[in-house]
Amino acid sequence: MLTAESRKQKIMNPLYNYLLKLADDTLIMGQRLAEWCGKGPYLEEDIALTNIALDHLGQSSLFYKYATQFHEGKSEDDLAFLRYEHEYLNAQLTEFPNGDYAQTILKTYFFAVYQKILFEDLMKSQDSQLPALAEKSLKEVKYHYTHTKTWLNVFAGGTGESRTRLENAIENLWEYTGGLFDETEGEEDLIKLEIVPDSETLKSKWLNAIKKDFEEFKLEIPENPFMQKGSRKGIHTEYFGYILCELQYMQRAYPGCEW
Amino acid sequence: MWEVFIQTKPGLSHKHAGTVQAATAEMALQNARDVYTRRKEGTSIWVVPSKYIVTSEGMDKEAFFDPADDKLYRHPTFYQIPNDVKNM
Repeated sequence: MLTAESRKQKIMNPLYNYLLKLADDTLIMGQRLAEWCGKGPYLEEDIALTNIALDHLGQSSLFYKYATQFHEGKSEDDLAFLRYEHEYLNAQLTEFPNGDYAQTILKTYFFAVYQKILFEDLMKSQDSQLPALAEKSLKEVKYHYTHTKTWLNVFAGGTGESRTRLENAIENLWEYTGGLFDETEGEEDLIKLEIVPDSETLKSKWLNAIKKDFEEFKLEIPENPFMQKGSRKGIHTEYFGYILCELQYMQRAYPGCEW
Repeated sequence: MWEVFIQTKPGLSHKHAGTVQAATAEMALQNARDVYTRRKEGTSIWVVPSKYIVTSEGMDKEAFFDPADDKLYRHPTFYQIPNDVKNM
């Protein structure tokens, strides 16, 4: 049995990494989706998607805030805006370009299914704060899932063109989905202590959920099992640097600026 | 096009909030949620296809509405309202 103090020491770094992964995922998702702001296919959907983007940014703020407890002297903004590329632990899927609307929706859908399963499990975490954060975010994520699934239905059952675009998006994104479940440094310790859910279990739950929906829309999961490596380890796609340039511009140009 | 009705609190009536465009009823409801309730305006939403709204627009306005002008007695203003009754 670990004493409370030694237990705390043991999980501090792993939990910090894990929180960064949650926060970075949502920050980058939000930043990417916000690129659609003012350019959505029609007004209502423009608002719908930017709502989702804002939900993601709100979630990232919760997780960064919690993470600051494990890193003295760093503020939420420091973590979000003043780290370098290799220090971000988001999955590569989140930074992947929006592409057309089918790809944007599919990416948001993949991520929503992941978050839904993750937060449902995090609600049972032994940690003191994660269950509450997960519960709050889960409500938002359930809607993201509903909305993106409605759109999948539209794309899959719409015209030949819309279906082709969705199928192309599946082709483009599939190899990046595996990275969602890659573990951060020390994550296995957290799993053992039941602070976070087991990533393999998450992965199979996610895959089952996707299979079920894909069957409904008669969509195929790509056969090639290859998955890109490097997510959660600070290894990124070529697209990531450009996101950071835009995201960090204000804090780099005007250090400490606030509004 | 869909007409959107929002209920601001449980028990109150649904009030017309505006319109949204959407291909299906499901999408109309989601769009209405995103456009009209994102600042906590609602507890319930109705959407109705705009084509099913029947309007008095274009009918004889005078015959329709003017006769009510001089019928003050239809307002329940001649009753004493007990002090305990609020919101009347």
